[in-house]
Amino acid sequence: MPRPIEVSNLSVGYAGVQALENVSFGVDQGEFLGIIGPNGAGKSTLFACMLGLNTQYTGTVRVFGQNIHRSKGPLKKIGYVPQMMHFERNFPVTVREVIQLGMWHGVQEERVDEVMRELWIHELADRRIGELSGGQQQRVFIAKAMVNDPKMLILDEPVTGVDQASMSLFYGILKDLNSNHGITIMWSSHDLDAIKMMSSHVACLNRTLYFHGAAKEFFADEKLAQIMCQCTDPSECMEHNPGIAEPPPIRNEAS
Amino acid sequence: MVFEVLAYDFMQRALLSGATIAVLCSVVGIFLVLRRFSLFGDALAHSSFGGVALGLLMGLYPLWMAYVISIISAVLITRIREKYDVSGDAAIAVLLSSGIAVGLVIIGLSGGFSVDIFSFLFGSILLVSVDDTILILAMTGAILLVILALFRQILYTTFDEKQAKVSGIRVERITYLLVFMAGLTVVTAIQLVGVLLISALFVIPNVTAMMLGRGFQGTVILSIGISVSTVISGIFLSYVLNIAPAGSIVVLAICVLGATMAAKSAGLLARR
Repeated sequence: MPRPIEVSNLSVGYAGVQALENVSFGVDQGEFLGIIGPNGAGKSTLFACMLGLNTQYTGTVRVFGQNIHRSKGPLKKIGYVPQMMHFERNFPVTVREVIQLGMWHGVQEERVDEVMRELWIHELADRRIGELSGGQQQRVFIAKAMVNDPKMLILDEPVTGVDQASMSLFYGILKDLNSNHGITIMWSSHDLDAIKMMSSHVACLNRTLYFHGAAKEFFADEKLAQIMCQCTDPSECMEHNPGIAEPPPIRNEAS
Repeated sequence: MVFEVLAYDFMQRALLSGATIAVLCSVVGIFLVLRRFSLFGDALAHSSFGGVALGLLMGLYPLWMAYVISIISAVLITRIREKYDVSGDAAIAVLLSSGIAVGLVIIGLSGGFSVDIFSFLFGSILLVSVDDTILILAMTGAILLVILALFRQILYTTFDEKQAKVSGIRVERITYLLVFMAGLTVVTAIQLVGVLLISALFVIPNVTAMMLGRGFQGTVILSIGISVSTVISGIFLSYVLNIAPAGSIVVLAICVLGATMAAKSAGLLARR
């Protein structure tokens, strides 16, 4: 079976700015990959390329074995949860209607109720989406992504603006989807503790890929991990942190 | 009194046309309002005024030219927003003023027209002919059929363009289709309330319904109900008081909105 994601030599530049440079990595079936990096590191650009939203790039992005530039078909196997959405608070759609929007042709209506129960939002079915808390809204968007039984979920900073209590429930749901339902998950977050707790693998991105490998390996040196995630220029940060003798471990399991 | 009024052919045509336009404006309008395009109808109506003047100058049926100019303007506003990164309200403002300006220049250069230009500015629903009524019914039927066929795509694109795109919806095509239909709707509705009050039909019933409704379909049905009832009552009121129907329709719609706001503030209305 082809890997869910296979990125080779991906470079993206616009308006004279290099957003991504020569990024190569892959995601295996059942993997829980956390993408980390500071703001502007290119995380959302990477997702946009994988989802066929950005086609102005060089290199190759394969989704379930198919070049996404040529065929959008494999996207049917992916559920996408964006960053907290900013829609009209009065937008007159109920939770049920939002989930129905995500349904592919042929998916049975009963699946909507099923997925709402799985994500503990069945009691909110007839509430307007704008009336819900940030955490509840994100569960609705996961339900919308899950309604077609995808093989993989992509979540772009899904807990931004979500309160602590909802976050724990949210993480529990992600863990369950990955461990018990075999869903491959790729997500980005600024929360290093959450990445460490949840992800089996980590990719550290800052325009180029600084690290891709097992989470355990990455978090073996906590300070290094922090520098890699928070510094705009990791190499420069290394120079100003004499406690860390080794250069950043630029390595990639895919290469 | 009601039966006496309904015996007149012109009144029957006015009520049928008015109610049909009310349904059309509610359905197309809700997508515009939710896309923060509330003044889009106004801009198209103003630019179609230029089309009316151009049609009169060229000796064509003015509304045909208004349809052409309205559709061109609708596509132009969308293109300007996309290509030049101009905000929606700025693009609308440019077309809003240029339509009227072009119309005034054409009227001035031609030395004025024998046709009552005020009927285009303020509507003339009591004067609609049988042909106009058939055109209104046909246009409404065609637009509503397209919306029904592409309902999920249009709603998804309105709710979140990015996610709609990931789901394989051709977002740009849907957006252009929607503005194209808005262009047709505006000119069709000009006969009811005229160029100057058109956005009231797009916006007021939908804003009122959004305060009351819960789901999308329920909100659309509420909006249609409010719109049709205010249009019919407004036409009757205009006949009884001998005033312009456009004015009475919009004033009634505003009253319903005001009453809804007041009832909501007083806690008398729980959302259904």
